[in-house]
Amino acid sequence: MARLDLRKKLEILADAAKYDASCASSGSSKRNSVGGKGVGSTEGMGICHAYTPDGRCVSLLKILLTNFCIFDCAYCINRTSSNVPRARFSVQEVVDLTLNFYRRNYIEGLFLSSGIVKSSNHTMEEMVRVARSLREDHDFRGYIHLKLIPEADPALVEQAGLYADRLSANVELPRDEALERLAPQKDAGVIKQAMGRVRLKVEEAKGGRKDRARPPRFAPAGQSTQLIIGADGAPDAEILDRSASLYGGYGLRRVYYSAFSPIPDSSSALPPSKPPLMREHRLYQADWLMRFYGFSAPEIASASPDGMLDLAVDPKLAWALANRDRFPVDANVADREMLLRVPGLGVKSVNRMISVRRHRTLRLEDVQRLTRGIDKVRPFITTLDWTPGGLTDAIDLKARLAPARAPEQLSLF
Amino acid sequence: MRTVSLTSETDLAGWREAARGLLLAGVEPQGVRFRVGGQGGLFDALPPAHPGESRDPVLSEESGGGDWRSSEAPGAGAAKTLGPGVRRDERMEKVITVPRAFPDLAAEVALHRSEDRFDLLYRLLWRVQGERDLLKVVSDRDVADAMERAKNVSRASHKMKAFVRFRQTQDDAGDRWIAWFEPAHRVLEKTAPFFQRRFTTLRWTILTPDGTADWNGEALSFGPPATRDMAPQEDEVEEFWKTYYASTFNPARLKTRTMQGEMPKRYWANLPEASLIPELVARAEVREREMVAAPATPANPRLIRAVAPVVERAAQDAPPPETLEALERAVQGCRRCPLWRDATQGVCGRGPARADLMIVGEQPGDQEDLAGEPFVGPAGQVLNAAMSEAEVDRSHAFVTNAVKHFKHEPRGKRRIHQTPTTSEITACRWWLDAERAIVKPKLIVTLGATAAFGVLGRKVAVTKERGRPIALEDGSTALLTVHPSYLLRIPDKAAAAAERARFVEDLRAARELL
Repeated sequence: MARLDLRKKLEILADAAKYDASCASSGSSKRNSVGGKGVGSTEGMGICHAYTPDGRCVSLLKILLTNFCIFDCAYCINRTSSNVPRARFSVQEVVDLTLNFYRRNYIEGLFLSSGIVKSSNHTMEEMVRVARSLREDHDFRGYIHLKLIPEADPALVEQAGLYADRLSANVELPRDEALERLAPQKDAGVIKQAMGRVRLKVEEAKGGRKDRARPPRFAPAGQSTQLIIGADGAPDAEILDRSASLYGGYGLRRVYYSAFSPIPDSSSALPPSKPPLMREHRLYQADWLMRFYGFSAPEIASASPDGMLDLAVDPKLAWALANRDRFPVDANVADREMLLRVPGLGVKSVNRMISVRRHRTLRLEDVQRLTRGIDKVRPFITTLDWTPGGLTDAIDLKARLAPARAPEQLSLF
Repeated sequence: MRTVSLTSETDLAGWREAARGLLLAGVEPQGVRFRVGGQGGLFDALPPAHPGESRDPVLSEESGGGDWRSSEAPGAGAAKTLGPGVRRDERMEKVITVPRAFPDLAAEVALHRSEDRFDLLYRLLWRVQGERDLLKVVSDRDVADAMERAKNVSRASHKMKAFVRFRQTQDDAGDRWIAWFEPAHRVLEKTAPFFQRRFTTLRWTILTPDGTADWNGEALSFGPPATRDMAPQEDEVEEFWKTYYASTFNPARLKTRTMQGEMPKRYWANLPEASLIPELVARAEVREREMVAAPATPANPRLIRAVAPVVERAAQDAPPPETLEALERAVQGCRRCPLWRDATQGVCGRGPARADLMIVGEQPGDQEDLAGEPFVGPAGQVLNAAMSEAEVDRSHAFVTNAVKHFKHEPRGKRRIHQTPTTSEITACRWWLDAERAIVKPKLIVTLGATAAFGVLGRKVAVTKERGRPIALEDGSTALLTVHPSYLLRIPDKAAAAAERARFVEDLRAARELL
């Protein structure tokens, strides 16, 4: 096979990596290059260095070490039976690209994944070599996200955690049965066990009794995973249950939802169709409700009898419309928990309202200044000068509050 | 109307000095305007701090503002206040205090490109003298305005961290990295230390229309405004970066509005990758349609030959395994009840393949579920301590659970234990029976009601049948006691100690039965 030049390899291996939605570079330990030999810093907040026209942020150099793969997962562009062009980076090439991009301030660091070549252990070893070289040979202090090969030896996973800020193993399909069918070389149990080991190591590195020597740092930005949406038949309610279970079980920082997207040379096992982007968006909103707004997965699902989130309105509004007996709430006395359930009020808005109402009684105008839009809020609150009257229970309330334009995914063609 | 001239666009120190004087002089916000430039330096701009002193030349009067000197002359206007609620005697002591949040807010707002930023700050300064909690009333018009501007400044600083693009050059001392950047607000000095911390070992310069920041490897310095032509015009790595940018874009997910919201067009001129955007957008739909329409192709025979073996899934109707290793593998495929779905793994017993003593608990907990071993969590520690006190050697006992998967309910980042139902325990007896058949214990100590049910196959009141040997069908003996996690839940210390002693006593009785 002819040797590919580096730019062609980059083209192939960036294209092959882009179906992983994770791009976070936040939440790691704070550090910088002062006093070091190399470059790099992480200061808590992630930085998105560019945005592509798909609206996704470019924070890390997200590439595969190779897209050769001995696994034949139907949903994946890199599966054995796919006819995409193949390429393989050397460890040194990835290290050089990362540093060259980093010094020009293009990226926060590296997100390295890989197809499985030879064996899971061999592949994981190569990925660890990249991270080790960046950290030890170049004193690189930027962000590193390493994909875990769940089937690899736990000792390799431990090494990966010493160099990486974040580790992730993708659950990929919400239903284990679907994974068995579409990814016959994968085992959902093995993926969960790998995530379980990571959680134990992260906790060990963080906690530890004070009288003992602190264990070495281990993946200070924790772990995340990804679920592909729309490739198996799982309804949203089941996906949210799955997420709740993953957050609870493995202390995940994030569950990413990736609308199954047409890929070049896609498998006949999956119907080619447009990615359900609005569905993906609603799932992210529901995920937020679970993590920051005190909603449980079953509560969110209770608003949608068919188990699918309403595409026309956001899940909090859908819940409020289905639970109108709980509204309106008095913006001046309601507790934080209840205010968080008011459609249109974000965590920041609620915190500000609570702070302001210590000093003055809220009027509708005050609430308006503290939120992005008052229309969605108005039917669900009372203030000193406002009561929604019959609006809360109006039959056409949903129609009035749903955005007039069609969901984004329909507007493309 | 008076006008105060500040020496530079970000002359916060000048503003502060002037504002202090104005405030002490009782000049109301609507009577003063702050402007940048004009003659006179920072300190010339000071209005007299003491009423009646000679007037500062730079503090000019525009229209009808000439009354400030006379009105503030000693003895004049005894009831003058410096702002709502501030009495004259406080003014005379020249004590001006501001809420803790004010200096930081002012520092941010001062960097905003709006003309009236210093006027807004003076209005806020004036108002906080009387309304001490004003900054907490974030719905107030002025406060909301200031916070919005501070947010824009902070965002501009963040975008600068993101969108500065260095180009590599060489000089006598080696590599030098130079960027041309146009920040949305005047955030160069605020943001430069970030680059210093990030690129400490490089020598770099950031050129902007507001000024220049330079890090020579040892010191950060700031210079005069620069122009685009002072920056290098190319860098060979940019072609790689553009290749990456184009390849990481997914044409099936076009969302240009989101992109522009986060990467406003004002920054595009200095982003090498942005030149690709029009073509990427224009071609996206065609590329997507081609992908959807393309028929599936046959696999490459050379690659498919190397495909990894398919994972062997356990058959549901297989006979009970005859070794502990086989049993542990088979449990991972168990679908006899739904508990496998949210658990990490099935957790089998641990201990010698032949043991006289078997200890059966309820189910794995959070820690056991992750580690894949029984009794490694808090209840396991209680059990270990009690066993060693009763002089029962855990390494000689086979320790397992009646239910092999962890039943729980997720609550945020934690999992709350749930008691398994009788149907779940019954389903899992298949595995417990298989373990009993392999290990062949003489005595089985059951911990808690679930374990007793799993071993005896009937509902039992542990408190009634506790401590009394029960003959089992296979010739072995069962001894019932409580679960160690029960001991952890007793709030009263004395009661807990007594219960623990009884538990140790039960284990001692077990040892004597062997």
